Amino acid sequence: MSAVVAEHDDHHDHHEHGPAKGLLRWVITTNHKDIGTLYLLFALTMFFVGGAMAMVIRAELFEPGMQFVNPQFFNSMTTMHALVMVFGAVMPAFVGLANWMIPMMIGAPDMALPRMNNMSFWLLVAGVLLLASTLFMEGGAPASGWTLYPPLVLQTGKALPFAIFSVHLLGISSIMGAINIIATIFNMRAPGMTLMKMPMFVWTWLITAFLLIAIMPVFAGAVTMLLTDKFFNTSFFDAAGGGDPVLYQHIFWFFGHPEVYVMILPTFGVASTIIPVFARKPLFGYSSMVYATASIAFLSFIVWAHHMFTVGMPIAGELYFMYATMLIAIPTGVKVFNWTATMWKGSMTFETPMLFSIAFVVLFTMGGFTGLMMSVAPVDFQYHDTYFIVAHFHYTLVPASVFILMAAGYFWLPKWTGHMYDERIGRLHFWLSVVSVNILFFPQHFLGLAGMPRRIPDYAVQFADWNMISSIGGFIFGASQLLFLYIVIDTIKGGTGEKVTDEVWEDAAKHSLEWTLPSPPPYHSFTTPPTVIPTEHI
Amino acid sequence: MSTSNEYYIPHKATWPVIGTAGLVMMLAGFANYLNGSTAGSAWMLLGLTVFIVMLAGWFTLQSGESESGMYSTQVGISYRMGMMWFIFSEIMFFAVFFGTLWYTRNLSVPWLGGEGARAATKELLWPSFEAVWPTNGPGKVGGEFEPMGAWGLPFLNTLILLTSGVSCTWAHHGLLAKNRDQLIKGLAATVGLGLLFVSFQAFEYHEAYTEMGLTLGSGIYGSTFFMLTGFHGFHVCVGAIILSVVLFRSWKGHFKPENHFAFEAAAWYWHFVDVVWLGLFVFVYVI
Repeated sequence: MSAVVAEHDDHHDHHEHGPAKGLLRWVITTNHKDIGTLYLLFALTMFFVGGAMAMVIRAELFEPGMQFVNPQFFNSMTTMHALVMVFGAVMPAFVGLANWMIPMMIGAPDMALPRMNNMSFWLLVAGVLLLASTLFMEGGAPASGWTLYPPLVLQTGKALPFAIFSVHLLGISSIMGAINIIATIFNMRAPGMTLMKMPMFVWTWLITAFLLIAIMPVFAGAVTMLLTDKFFNTSFFDAAGGGDPVLYQHIFWFFGHPEVYVMILPTFGVASTIIPVFARKPLFGYSSMVYATASIAFLSFIVWAHHMFTVGMPIAGELYFMYATMLIAIPTGVKVFNWTATMWKGSMTFETPMLFSIAFVVLFTMGGFTGLMMSVAPVDFQYHDTYFIVAHFHYTLVPASVFILMAAGYFWLPKWTGHMYDERIGRLHFWLSVVSVNILFFPQHFLGLAGMPRRIPDYAVQFADWNMISSIGGFIFGASQLLFLYIVIDTIKGGTGEKVTDEVWEDAAKHSLEWTLPSPPPYHSFTTPPTVIPTEHI
Repeated sequence: MSTSNEYYIPHKATWPVIGTAGLVMMLAGFANYLNGSTAGSAWMLLGLTVFIVMLAGWFTLQSGESESGMYSTQVGISYRMGMMWFIFSEIMFFAVFFGTLWYTRNLSVPWLGGEGARAATKELLWPSFEAVWPTNGPGKVGGEFEPMGAWGLPFLNTLILLTSGVSCTWAHHGLLAKNRDQLIKGLAATVGLGLLFVSFQAFEYHEAYTEMGLTLGSGIYGSTFFMLTGFHGFHVCVGAIILSVVLFRSWKGHFKPENHFAFEAAAWYWHFVDVVWLGLFVFVYVI
């Protein structure tokens, strides 16, 4: 398994070792750090694009009545906000982290399939651009929600085939990225880096990559049937021809449920990486973390219809999906207890990455508990399609996935750039975010329980107060994220001016290999495989 | 895992961006075509051309590198893993359509026929509908049609594909035994049988459309029949093209018993396509 790097370029120029000059470097690069950077910057851009759409939504909902946009555009905004955030921001951000960190964490020179790595990034850009172009088309962008349920979605105007093909491109991109990650982890590990010594981030990505390869083709198949139903006279989702619109929902959620775990499993991985470093203790229950991750991934394939409790299912189906869904609480609980136990009696310090990670543990647990509430089928009849659902999944995505992505940024930016970020602004960013995110999403629980439906631009006046509070929280949260943008730019340009060490954080090199490399690391991570494997995280 | 101590890392890849551009042109052109734009099909063809040029260029580059010995055993393992997981993604893609067939035949069509708690719905909405497969639904979408039988051409096609699997393995034995003649003959036979399969299927489609009234628009039976067999036929074409490239390379003297990833990948793909057909034959034609 040893790997010594051999360098060649496509023109067999054996003397060239660094990146290409100028902007072209970024277009034709095969380097895992360059591509990781591209993914991260693209994801950050899309985070603000999707965020701007969320601001439109919250502005419209600030007061009852129609204020700024027409209902069709409002629905386009909820749809596009979701698609952009899922496929343009959160997933690419984690792929960016995987590109940067996995080769460094397992002691490899680069990713296993570097040319394909380049293609998966550019296909992502192409897919997102194709999706964004629908905003300017006759009939507007898709307005059916990110689930694209027929028959509603078939009423989309010119945008429909573009949205469908964008899903195909994003799917190909994700599958290529996932194949690359699996091949890297299985084939490129340094000698001695056994599977059960890998950092948790690598483990969670291995399992996530498997999920991606299994589900993206399923989504591609589902939207292909939408395309043929619309343009080629098929009857897959049309009862008159013997098909069934509910079939689409089954296929979609067979993809969709593992898909939400694609966004949360790497989140768990980063949290399991950061918390031990700042607790100055080994991760509690390493192997149980691995098995819990695998169990969650397995369960994700057999619980999909809990998204469809109200659609009409045989009672046996309702019961099965209810109990199977409840099982997920067990491995997830294992993880939460393990993070807590890792911090227990640790010598904790509270730098920005740790603050975000602790907030993640607390707030994700809350999102998980509301999920447990909704898993109870008869109770879900009340919650379904209300703001309670919106509150639930935003708690599992914003103060969980997004917070952990911020934590990862603060944690690894000094390693990537060699510069230290401004800790004061980092903490300000954290406190503004953690307070405003709760002002933003917590009232939505009340709104949902009181019966406010989701995906509507106008609402009854009894919902006015909490909506206004939620919108205020949303505006503060949105504005606070500009601080993060500032910090990223500032740190790349030199940060505090303080020269960081290889380890950056106290004793970090005991936990993982990336801290044994210089800050910033060399263009090729490990040109000779490392001989000592850190095991403090185990 | 590997005995070699060199991992080849290519620099400055231009083909991926070109391929992406081709793919986007093709899909955006197709979308415009579906929306009724006249320029759409031209963009589609242009994109397809760029995409084909990319494939040719990229694979020429790879095979040149492979033949000049730049790939260690460890690199070969990465490629094999890549191909294996790609085929897994293809299996999941076909699983969607097999799942659709299963769901409609066993759940949604019986429900339309009033099974379970839905007797009243059926009486109210379409009292005359009989839930028997094959069906084009209570709306008789697409009009009268005749379902495709299993024991004519489809059975012959099953034999053809199974034989092509054997000839492919025979070619592999030739490669391992350094018998170039057997390698080339075996591959040529495999490609030939693949093309024969596709032409029989084209004939079958022609019959369906002109004689049997069976089209893509023939309700759920027509939809599942043509979607499953159509995507499979497309994969047979792709597999035959891959095998032709491998045949061409074999004729040029490429591949050694210890280094022939392209052959293995093509063979795996061909066997995958073969197994999908067996599933199709049983679930679409026979049952």
